[in-house]
Amino acid sequence: MQILGHYNYWIFIILMMCGFYVVISSGNLVKKLVGLNIFQTSVFILYISMGKIIGGTAPIVINQPVVYSNPMPHVLILTAIVVGIATTSLGLALVVRIHEAYGTIEEDEIHAQNEEEAL
Amino acid sequence: MLFGIYSLVSASLFVILDAVDVAFTEASVGAGVSTVFMLGTLALTTSREKTPAAHKPLLPLLVVTITGLALVYGTWDIPPYGDPANPIHHHLVQRFIEDSPQEIGIPNVVTSVLASYRGYDTLGETTVVFTAAIGVLVLVGGARRRRSRKDEPK
Repeated sequence: MQILGHYNYWIFIILMMCGFYVVISSGNLVKKLVGLNIFQTSVFILYISMGKIIGGTAPIVINQPVVYSNPMPHVLILTAIVVGIATTSLGLALVVRIHEAYGTIEEDEIHAQNEEEAL
Repeated sequence: MLFGIYSLVSASLFVILDAVDVAFTEASVGAGVSTVFMLGTLALTTSREKTPAAHKPLLPLLVVTITGLALVYGTWDIPPYGDPANPIHHHLVQRFIEDSPQEIGIPNVVTSVLASYRGYDTLGETTVVFTAAIGVLVLVGGARRRRSRKDEPK
């Protein structure tokens, strides 16, 4: 069972690679941000699954002898989710601004316009 | 829209993994706020993708596969899932679970760690959110002002 014991990491890797693929393969800036978000969620899942103990409960202390899952990753990821939405919204605002300046959110069209201006 | 559903699914996964606080945050922030932002951006720009990209999908696919395999190779040395003997469960956590109800007075360990033991971290987080909010306002609001100024002379 030692081999199957790592399946949470494999889920995380698959999700992360899906996000990574979207980021590097699509030219649409909004799609890139969606990919970045999937990437981010995969990291959250990595941390939370490391804190899980099989048979444990949520870390809210009650006066009974139970096993609690690890609260530390939860705290870190709570912070990370909020920071993540902040960076995502900033990225989306940049996309809106780029759309105003160039009239497109496709990467290659932006490059083409830049090269035309340089000529 | 699909993105909101994705967020909700990951929130329910966090509930299964005993992280109820994280699930709350993900459901409200991820599924709620970020979906609204995403839809707003699509409304302000364009919701239609132009003709599919000229790049070949093969090179990104290759890069992704190689990175993924390297990461899978890396998991061999990581302790298995859900084992209470893992090193992550040993250092600070015992003390937090045993003493924080007396020291802080809140049964929820996540809350007491977030607001008290790691209070500075949370303060820094608020700073980041504040900076991002200023950035968004300058980028989107400033553009609107520029547009209205452009319209005035006509």
